[in-house]
Amino acid sequence: MKIGIPKGLLYYRYSYLWKTFFDELDIDYIISPDTNKAIMDKGLGYAIDEACLSSKIYLGHVEYLIGKCDYILVPRISNYGSEGTVCTKFQAIYDIVQNTFRDRGIKLLHYNIDYKNLEIEMNAFLKMGKFLGKRKSAAMRAYYLAKQAEKTARIMDEKHQEQLLNEDKIKILLFAHDYNIFDKHIGKPIIDYLNEMGAVPIIGDLADKKSALAKSVEISDTLPWKYSKELVGSIALYRERVDGIILISSFNCGPDSLVNEIIIRRVKNKPILNLTVDGQEGSAGMETRLESFLDIIKFKKDDYRG
Amino acid sequence: MAKYKVSFPQLGNYYVPLEVLFTEGLGVEYIIPPPITKRTLEIGSRYSPDSVCAPFKYTLGNFIETIEAGANTLVQAGGVCRLGYYGELDEQILRDLGYEVRFVNLAKAQISKPYTFYNYFKEINPDLSLNKIAQILPVALQMVQYIDEFEDYIRKNIGFEEEQGSFTSVHQDFLAELRQVRTKQELKKTYHKYGKYLKEIKVQIPQNPLRVGIVGEYYTIMEPFSNHYMEKELAQMGIVVDRWMNVTNSLLHRPQKKDKERIKHYAKYNMGATSMFTIDKALEFAKKGYDGIIHVKSSGCTPEIDAMPVLQNISADYKIPVLYFSFDSQTSDIGIQTRLEAFYDMIMMRKEN
Repeated sequence: MKIGIPKGLLYYRYSYLWKTFFDELDIDYIISPDTNKAIMDKGLGYAIDEACLSSKIYLGHVEYLIGKCDYILVPRISNYGSEGTVCTKFQAIYDIVQNTFRDRGIKLLHYNIDYKNLEIEMNAFLKMGKFLGKRKSAAMRAYYLAKQAEKTARIMDEKHQEQLLNEDKIKILLFAHDYNIFDKHIGKPIIDYLNEMGAVPIIGDLADKKSALAKSVEISDTLPWKYSKELVGSIALYRERVDGIILISSFNCGPDSLVNEIIIRRVKNKPILNLTVDGQEGSAGMETRLESFLDIIKFKKDDYRG
Repeated sequence: MAKYKVSFPQLGNYYVPLEVLFTEGLGVEYIIPPPITKRTLEIGSRYSPDSVCAPFKYTLGNFIETIEAGANTLVQAGGVCRLGYYGELDEQILRDLGYEVRFVNLAKAQISKPYTFYNYFKEINPDLSLNKIAQILPVALQMVQYIDEFEDYIRKNIGFEEEQGSFTSVHQDFLAELRQVRTKQELKKTYHKYGKYLKEIKVQIPQNPLRVGIVGEYYTIMEPFSNHYMEKELAQMGIVVDRWMNVTNSLLHRPQKKDKERIKHYAKYNMGATSMFTIDKALEFAKKGYDGIIHVKSSGCTPEIDAMPVLQNISADYKIPVLYFSFDSQTSDIGIQTRLEAFYDMIMMRKEN
């Protein structure tokens, strides 16, 4: 039996957890490749025009996996209880995939997170283990080890970022969902360009999530979405240590349309650039905007230093 | 702050029960929001983020119009999609524009804890009496149901009235009289009186009329301006228009998980906000042999976009045409008219064959 894992949406948040879990249970899996133009174009073709770019790309990854594995892991997430809800896209993506590819003989793995209805993460993994024919104790152990791996990886990421924050260079906080900023086709070119220009990109999504969640209320106190709360919290955590903030949104992102506006209106002491990525434009336009943004920051910095 | 003059953004005709509830129950003056017009959308769009959904633009524009009309206290709802975050951004934008109003954001109250609502309204009026609310709340809720019932009947019949304007006239009088109602007895009397008028209106419905079901997103489906008075257009073409979505059905008598069971062939999970209702009702219209389904939503409405692949499958399985409308501040009347006419021609031809 082979599981297919689409490299989009929640992959970047949960890859350590998923991979370790399957590794520990000795289950074979295949991950779709980094987003490339072919995958994106496939996704654009299958998706509803108005859907957000990130979910379109995701459909491209799912399509890539069809026929290459037995089951595809498409997590369905409704809410994290008191930590918040998620964009309805994550509630719906399982059924979107199912309906979009229903004539292609697609089979999805059952994976449902819904804290308010007592479907906590551990349950999802135990159920998945059972479905894959593993003993409960084995699945429990695999989940436990996977959580450890996930935690270790996160601490390493945070530590690394802490070092970056101490560098004496221009530091730019990237406010972007992990599936955008870590996507080779969407976010990677931005990171690369900033590095090239001698600036240090600070990834908002790598901030310690617990502290970020708690801090987010300093900027906004009725935010419903956990992922947005974490990102807003990263601004609260890092704002004094960075020189500017770039809000990177994929085209037609529902939550970002409101959250970005709140940030621009409330975070006043830092230059902010609002960048929407539609996946279609060449890199030239984006680079021009990034360059002039960095120029503004440099001017400001020089002013302060006299 | 001086006397409380409260308002809540316009949605269909629900300002009538809201007025009764606020004036009688909360003891505050209620400013009836000006009707939604092109100007509402223009103002709203000017101060809203570009890519936000149209209902945000409408409600923000309408807030500004109510302030112009004298409101000094604004109430915004919460919700399970972007609506849950409208209030905080509304308030910020209005503050940045220099409006000094009191803002009651119901997203801060929790539905599971009704007294948090009470506390919020206590802020509006410290002399708030639970007793008065307890008396008027059932009247207002029943009023919502009567209004919905009335409008449902009108939608199905107005295309066939013998004398143009009969339904509209009774409807307007009914709403005007409801505004005066304060007790359950008065409400019942008014309902029966106008119910009789309504049934007396002569209609000529053909043997087998065209029937179209409308599904879609909460605001756009219920606020007629935002869907360019589509139901009226359809009725004028001689179509029976059926729409399940209203406050009664979606909030007061929400189907308890039955819809989930009915649509399980198409959706394993609740896909968020109104998408379940959209799928459930589309399936029902398809099974009942309606001639077509129209899906309306504001541009970028995520839950409804996500329901679309399902609607496409229902359309294929039941051979029922579905027409998709996505409204934003740029949508033109002519474009809609053209698409509606083409849709009409198509379902008409299918019926004749």
